[in-house]
Amino acid sequence: MKSPLNQVYGYLKLVKPCITQSNFIEIRDLCFRYGDRIILNDVNIDIPRGQVTSIMGPSGSGKTTLLRLIAGQIKPQQGSISVDGRDISRLNRKELFVERRKMGVLFQSGALFTDLSVYENVAFPLRVHTTLSESMIRDIVFIKLEAVGLRGARKLMPAELSGGMARRVALARAIVLDPQLILYDEPFAGQDPISIGMLAELMQRLGQTLKLTSVMISHNVSKAAKIADNIYVIADGKVAGYGPTQAVLDSADPRIHQFIHGLADGPVPFHYPAPDYRQDLGFKTQAATC
Amino acid sequence: MLNQVARLGRGGLAILSTLGRASILWSMALWSLPDFRNGPRLLIRQLYSVGVLSLLITVISGFFVGMVLALQGYNVLVRFDAVGSLGQGVSLTLVREMGPVVAALLFAGRAGSALTAEIGLMKATEQLAAMEMIGVDPLRRIISPRLWAGIIAMPLLAQIFNVVAIWGAVLVGVDWLGIDANAFWSNMQDSLEFREDILNGVIKAVIFGAVITWIAVFQGYDSEPTSEGISRATTRTVVYSSLAVLGLDFLLTAVMFGVN
Repeated sequence: MKSPLNQVYGYLKLVKPCITQSNFIEIRDLCFRYGDRIILNDVNIDIPRGQVTSIMGPSGSGKTTLLRLIAGQIKPQQGSISVDGRDISRLNRKELFVERRKMGVLFQSGALFTDLSVYENVAFPLRVHTTLSESMIRDIVFIKLEAVGLRGARKLMPAELSGGMARRVALARAIVLDPQLILYDEPFAGQDPISIGMLAELMQRLGQTLKLTSVMISHNVSKAAKIADNIYVIADGKVAGYGPTQAVLDSADPRIHQFIHGLADGPVPFHYPAPDYRQDLGFKTQAATC
Repeated sequence: MLNQVARLGRGGLAILSTLGRASILWSMALWSLPDFRNGPRLLIRQLYSVGVLSLLITVISGFFVGMVLALQGYNVLVRFDAVGSLGQGVSLTLVREMGPVVAALLFAGRAGSALTAEIGLMKATEQLAAMEMIGVDPLRRIISPRLWAGIIAMPLLAQIFNVVAIWGAVLVGVDWLGIDANAFWSNMQDSLEFREDILNGVIKAVIFGAVITWIAVFQGYDSEPTSEGISRATTRTVVYSSLAVLGLDFLLTAVMFGVN
C-alpha cells in the first residue's frame, strides 16, 4: 500500500527536475571566526544534489555555524559558499532573501510563530510569497499537514503542541514552497523515541519523494546513518573525514572512531585543559608545610 | 595606565558600534518600502498593542497627576490671592511639559518594555531567523510596524493624558476647592496658544515616541538570546528611554520656548 506521503507527493515526481551528479552546495577554503576564536578553518565540503548529507561532530565543533553560513545568516571571513551555483556569501540582503526561497530550514526549536495557529504557520510562506487564492492556500496547507500527520491539529496554537508535533509542523512549513534544499538543525535533539522515529521516516521519505537536497546536523549516529547518503565529520573546526555513510562508519581514523562509537576519551579529551590536579588540591603546599 | 586607556578605548568603540547598529536598524526599518498588502493590518495590530493597551495606565495616571497639580497649585496661589489662575498654571504645565514627559515615561515602562521582551523572545526562539529563512525581512515585517505604531500612538496618548489630567484638576480645583469655573476655564483659554503650546507639546510627544520605540525595538533585536539577556535588555529599554526622554525634554524646551 502506498504511504500517504507518497500519495500526496506522487504528482510532484512529474515536475521535479531530474537528479544530476553535480553538487548543489560547494564550500571552498572556508574560514570563520568569532573575534579571535577560530570556529571553522579551511573547510571544503561538497553536498551532492538530491542526496541527504549529514554533518556530524562533537559539540562546539562548528556544525551549527556551518549551517548558518550555508543559509547566509552569517558571512565568512574567507572562502566561498556556492549554493546552486550562486555564492551566498557575496549576495546583498535583497538577493539573499530571494535565494532563500529555494531553501527550507528546520530549526532545532521548531521556531514556529507563537502568535499564529498551526494552519497559519504553514500558510505564512504562501501568503507572503504567492498570490494564490485562499482555497488554493488551504489545499496546499492541508496537503503539507497531511504529509506530516497533523492535518487534525491545524487549529491548535504552537503552545498546545508537544515538542515532536511542533517540529513536524515546522517541517511542513519548511517544505510548503517546495524548496530545492532543506537544512535540518539537530532535528532529533530533545525528542522521545517515537518522535525521533516519525521525524526520521518523514525526512527520509521527503528526500526520496521530492528529490530534495538535504543537509542534516545531528548527533544521533544511528538515525543519521539510516537516513544519510553521505557523512561529513567536523572536529576542531576542520573536516576530520567524509564519504559515503558506511565508509565513514567503518573509518579507522581515531577522531571519527571516537565520535561514531561514543567513546568518552580519545582525541577529543574527557578533561578540559586545567592546571595540575595535585597543585589544585593543594598537595604541594601541604608537603612544604610538613 | 595603558590598560585603562585600552579599556576606555574598547568601551568607546563598543558604544560607537552599538549606536551604528541602532542607526542602521532605524534607517532600514523606517525607510524600507511599505508592505502594502499586509502593512495596514500589521500597523493596526501594533497600534492596539502599544497604544490601546497603554490607555488605562495613561488615563489613571493623568487623572491623579491633574488632581495633584491642582491641589499644589491652589496651595501656592491662594497665598497671593490668585486662585483664578489655577486653570492657566495647570494647563500650561501639562500641555508644555508634564503631559508629553509623564506619558512618555509611562509609555516606556509599559509599551517599551513589552516591545523589547517580545522581540527578544522572538529572537531567542529563532522566530526572527525562521522569518529570514522564509525570505521575509523581519525589519520590514516585525520592526517597522512597531516603530510606526510608537510614533503614531505616543502623541495621541499624551493628548489623552492632558485631557484627563485637566479633568482631574477641575474636579479638585472647581468642584472640591470651590474655584470659580468661569475663571478657571477662561484663564486657561486665554493663556494657551495652539502653535506655541499645543503644537510644541505634540511635537515633543512625537519625538519621544520615536526615540522610545527605537530604543525598545533595538534592544530587543540586539539582545542576547537568553532569558538573562532579554531581562537585561528590557531593563536597559526602560532606563535608557527614561533618561533620553528627560534629556531631550530639556533640549526641546530650550529650542521651542527659549528664555524670556
